[in-house]
Amino acid sequence: MIEIRFHGRGGQGAQVACLVLAKAAFMEGKEVQSFPYFGVERRGAPVTAFTKIDDRPIRIKSQIYEPDHVIILDQKLVRSVDVTSGLKEGGVVLINTEKPAEAFADLNVNVKTVNATQIAIDHGLGSKEAPIVNTAILGAFASATGLVKIESVVTAIKELPRKPDANAKAAQAAYDAMEGGA
Amino acid sequence: MVKQVITGNMATAMGTRLCRPAVISAYPITPQTTIVEYIADFVADGTLKTQYVKVESEHSAMSCCISASNTGVRTFTATSAHGLLLMHEMLEWAAGARLPIVLVNVNRANGPPWSVWADHHDTIMQRDTGWMSIFCENNQEILDSMIMAFKVAEDPDIMLPMMLSEDAFYLSHTSEPVDVPDQALVDKFLPEYKPEHFLDPENPKGFGSLVMPPQYMEFRYKMAESMDLAREKIRKVNDEFYEVFGRKYGNGLIEEYRCDDAEVVLVGAGTNASTVREVVDRMRDEGHKVGLARLRCFRPFPYEEIRDLAKRVKAIGVFERTYTFGYQGPFTAEIKGALYGTGVDIPIKNYLLGIGGRDIRTKHVRAVFEDIMKVAEQGLDQETKWFGLLDGNTPEEEL
Repeated sequence: MIEIRFHGRGGQGAQVACLVLAKAAFMEGKEVQSFPYFGVERRGAPVTAFTKIDDRPIRIKSQIYEPDHVIILDQKLVRSVDVTSGLKEGGVVLINTEKPAEAFADLNVNVKTVNATQIAIDHGLGSKEAPIVNTAILGAFASATGLVKIESVVTAIKELPRKPDANAKAAQAAYDAMEGGA
Repeated sequence: MVKQVITGNMATAMGTRLCRPAVISAYPITPQTTIVEYIADFVADGTLKTQYVKVESEHSAMSCCISASNTGVRTFTATSAHGLLLMHEMLEWAAGARLPIVLVNVNRANGPPWSVWADHHDTIMQRDTGWMSIFCENNQEILDSMIMAFKVAEDPDIMLPMMLSEDAFYLSHTSEPVDVPDQALVDKFLPEYKPEHFLDPENPKGFGSLVMPPQYMEFRYKMAESMDLAREKIRKVNDEFYEVFGRKYGNGLIEEYRCDDAEVVLVGAGTNASTVREVVDRMRDEGHKVGLARLRCFRPFPYEEIRDLAKRVKAIGVFERTYTFGYQGPFTAEIKGALYGTGVDIPIKNYLLGIGGRDIRTKHVRAVFEDIMKVAEQGLDQETKWFGLLDGNTPEEEL
């Protein structure tokens, strides 16, 4: 089983992101499970969300404690939450930031970065103050890990009720912006 | 059939649409809210033809379902925790009036302290209302159980309401693949509800009116009789559902998993059973004779299945997601009661886990199995164990 943990803030779209990733993997024939862990609705509060991907039905109903990969939607969380807790050896930590990966060298993990905030703003997703970065970062994740195809991510995004095309383009732009890939 | 990745709340809404209730009335409450929203979407987009009645409270939602059901149509509602508690008076009425209403309760802890997370207390508190009560393990089971619930409840021999419970967030907000059956198949399996007695101005009858003491007891006896009959009916509908849709849930009342040669078993309900299943496989691979008995139906209580199981094992551990203040968890007390006088005298230990949404991890389940295996060898050390308390003395595997 591959387990991905999201760290974000209420309003950034972590809940939708964990589901879109699950749907993308499901389209590729995988079994999936995704869920958010949050309290009552609190915009800006730290939230976590989880996606599990496997070849057989997923029965464990608990949260993810030993993730294969971590996705961080707000770089400030890197310094306030233990985002790498339990991370498996070699797992990707994908951070939404304008900084290069080297800026997070002290984490001693495989960091990849993407400026999902700018990509979201460029595609009119959310406001400049509160951009919705979830779809852009999934495009980057497809590139950074190769776990799902960008085509599956785009197809899953197009099922979203709001701004499906702009979101799909943001994911593609983030995918294209990543260097090297997996 | 189309497989979709959906939440438990969406499975509930889709199940509702497939069952074609004529009247739905509900009041939103976290974590049930999206059920109310999805159903509203279905009504708005025309895919669900129903009278969707907005109300100012859960008490009114159940009152509305009762009135509508009295006119002889299928009705549905959904709620959670404090909403269910506010409904309590009308739950009694629905059952006493013999109305086959189906309700989905998203299991949530009662406040205070305030909580929106998973806990079975809300459902368990309704034990004596005369509602049949079923706990679901996954989103597929929620959708499938809705179809079965109306069929059981509306059976002329039963005519009792049924409550389906799904764990807050672990099902309500968790997305997983679900087979959504064809409408035509559901229509065939679950035909239109046509009761013998209903409110009709052309043919006046009395409903819920005063009876004198000699009669009241007869009504209560009839309810008890139907509730007992429901055991067989739930088993039968579970089999019939399998014939049509290819899925079944144990024998409808209880689901044994690798219990055949098991020495110890855990009894659990809801999503904790799903995690236990995984641990059973892992421990079986290591040679431990462990199993799971998932309690699907709490009311009527499957006492025969429990007796049969207890005869075959050395010890039973019971997973409880709530406590009955004053004496043990509710499942433990029922299981012990079922075994009294049968000559089976094995240790039964009560484990309290996951209360108020505390995460139940595989390592916790393993620790419980190891403990109950020890109990099987050495006898009972304590009847009730509050697992993983944060008192500073708790071993790492419980945290």
